[in-house]
Amino acid sequence: MPSQIVSLIVNGEQREFIAAPGATLLASLRESLGLTAAKRGCAQGACGTCTVLVDGRPEASCLVAVETVAGRSIRTLEGVAAGGELDEVQSAFVDCFATQCGFCTAGMIMVAEALLDANPEPSEEDVIEAISGNVCRCTGYRPIVIAVLEAARRRREQVVSR
Amino acid sequence: MTYRLAPIDTSTFTAERGASGTDVGDLTVIGSVVQRSDARGHVTGRTEFFEDVAPPRLAHLKMHRSARHHARILDVDLTEAVAVPGVLRILTHADIPNNLYTPLKLIGVGPDDEPVLAVDKVRYLGEPICAVVAETEAAALEGAARIKVTYEDLPPVFDVEEALKEGAPLVNEYHGQNHFIYEGHHCRRIRFGDVEEAFARADHVFEWRYQSAPIEQAPVETTGCVVVPQADGRLRIHSDTQACFFTLDNTALILETPFNTLRIVGGTVGGGFGGKVDVVVEPVACVAAMLADRPVKFVYDRAEEMQVSSPRAAERIIIKDGVMNDGRIIGRKVTLYVDAGAYSRHSPYGTTKAAAHLPGPYSIPNVWADCHCVFTNRTPSSAMRGFGVTIADFALESQMDRIARALDLDPLRLRLLNAYRDGDLKAHRKVAEGTALVEVIQKAAEMAGHELPEAYRRMSSTTREGL
Ligand code: FES
Ligand code: FES
Repeated sequence: MPSQIVSLIVNGEQREFIAAPGATLLASLRESLGLTAAKRGCAQGACGTCTVLVDGRPEASCLVAVETVAGRSIRTLEGVAAGGELDEVQSAFVDCFATQCGFCTAGMIMVAEALLDANPEPSEEDVIEAISGNVCRCTGYRPIVIAVLEAARRRREQVVSR
Repeated sequence: MTYRLAPIDTSTFTAERGASGTDVGDLTVIGSVVQRSDARGHVTGRTEFFEDVAPPRLAHLKMHRSARHHARILDVDLTEAVAVPGVLRILTHADIPNNLYTPLKLIGVGPDDEPVLAVDKVRYLGEPICAVVAETEAAALEGAARIKVTYEDLPPVFDVEEALKEGAPLVNEYHGQNHFIYEGHHCRRIRFGDVEEAFARADHVFEWRYQSAPIEQAPVETTGCVVVPQADGRLRIHSDTQACFFTLDNTALILETPFNTLRIVGGTVGGGFGGKVDVVVEPVACVAAMLADRPVKFVYDRAEEMQVSSPRAAERIIIKDGVMNDGRIIGRKVTLYVDAGAYSRHSPYGTTKAAAHLPGPYSIPNVWADCHCVFTNRTPSSAMRGFGVTIADFALESQMDRIARALDLDPLRLRLLNAYRDGDLKAHRKVAEGTALVEVIQKAAEMAGHELPEAYRRMSSTTREGL
């Protein structure tokens, strides 16, 4: 199988690159496009650190062969609040101490973005369900659940906090 | 926002507090909220972890690991592996300048007992034998899979007490026996008073046994490093080690190079919990980078992280107590085994920590302890969050609860009765100071709505009054 040219819309921009045979979406983002926010925790779909949004839906990018998403719209953490101002989810993660080592954070935030886009008023159970595919070994999850609920509240009230 | 602030309780140790407005008077830091300095980097994805570094011409390293628990290596056949397209180089023990090491050498712990790459024998399942350096990760994996090792099996030993028996298979020849030697002694010992005399006059003697399993730290970021050769011949090591300078010094000893030829870029750790204190990826990656004259990445996959990265040691602890009818413990005898696995790593130190923690935060006039650091054919164990102490506490506090149950006593009162006080001489001949167990128990009882009689509520860590 030869390498092939793949084009994606990444964070709103058309990007084209050469994908090695078998390259995953995660490897393409990190190695071909230099977008390293999404992380490899397991490379087997079990930890969620590599989560990005594909056409708005959270996907474990380590399991996605990149040519299968050619032409689709990909959103990564780098594309959240790209202007430098934190969005509600990011600022709530800072304020609620939802990060410790930070390795799971990109995946958690992308899952939260997708959840709040679909459901602006999630219950605690909704949040727990949404992050159930994402492993965090540091925080014990509680601060993350609190942060996502807080982000939903801020977004509803359009509270922008830094 | 529902983040809760813990109010500071200023009602305890009032005599030790200064007047308001002085440094000791306004203890305001604990319980106040300070934003994490690294949080902004984390939530924007801009924190740089070691694997986010992508130098040009990066080569990949994968390990061929032992398929046996305990075996002699008769032959290593690299023929098929070197023929895999993309394989640049295969390292064996002969490529490592100083192949034999032990990480605590830096604080005088010896002997060196672990090869970076196995020489003539493997002592645990997953022990590294050959390192394959290749253009791509896939080629390195393919190369590692095509190495053929011929073994002659040796009997393994997996149980600490079995390992100490006469005639048990010898795990680690560098020690010459299956236990670590502490200043000429077969274990780390405590001798304080006379436990046998205490057992003879005690109203009750209780003996129970506790056992823990090894526990994997399971950081979400696996152990790894990227080594980049510099123009001046030095090596820049991007690592997720929890111990940058410890790693630098140990790596330099293994490379037989002055410390100043290495530079570590680190401090950003995607979860460690003690699992990233051993020095296991950097030395071999440095040798690979020097020999291939290219940047090299060596990072564990998830299976390696779970199988070969060193876990918290399994421990077996036997506690025998002499107790009076009123709950006073007058003698405590502890036999503790730490399963170090095949090599020392940090376990000789962990076993000393366990000994230092005995007999728990209690004043017991007669204490005897033997703490054994034992070698078995298991994955080497090492640091993890309070290693040596955590499992000892599990055993000690379970023991306290069982005594309370057996004598039909309130478990908190039993602890208050035996809790150490400032000025008590501990079993290691140190005078206790700054103890606060009594107050902590009183506060916990109050918060849990657990009633304590007035006499117990009046007890204090600063005096033995009321005992
Ligand atoms: S790296 Fe993709 S789920 Fe773990
Ligand atoms: S913050 Fe470390 S894994 Fe979640």
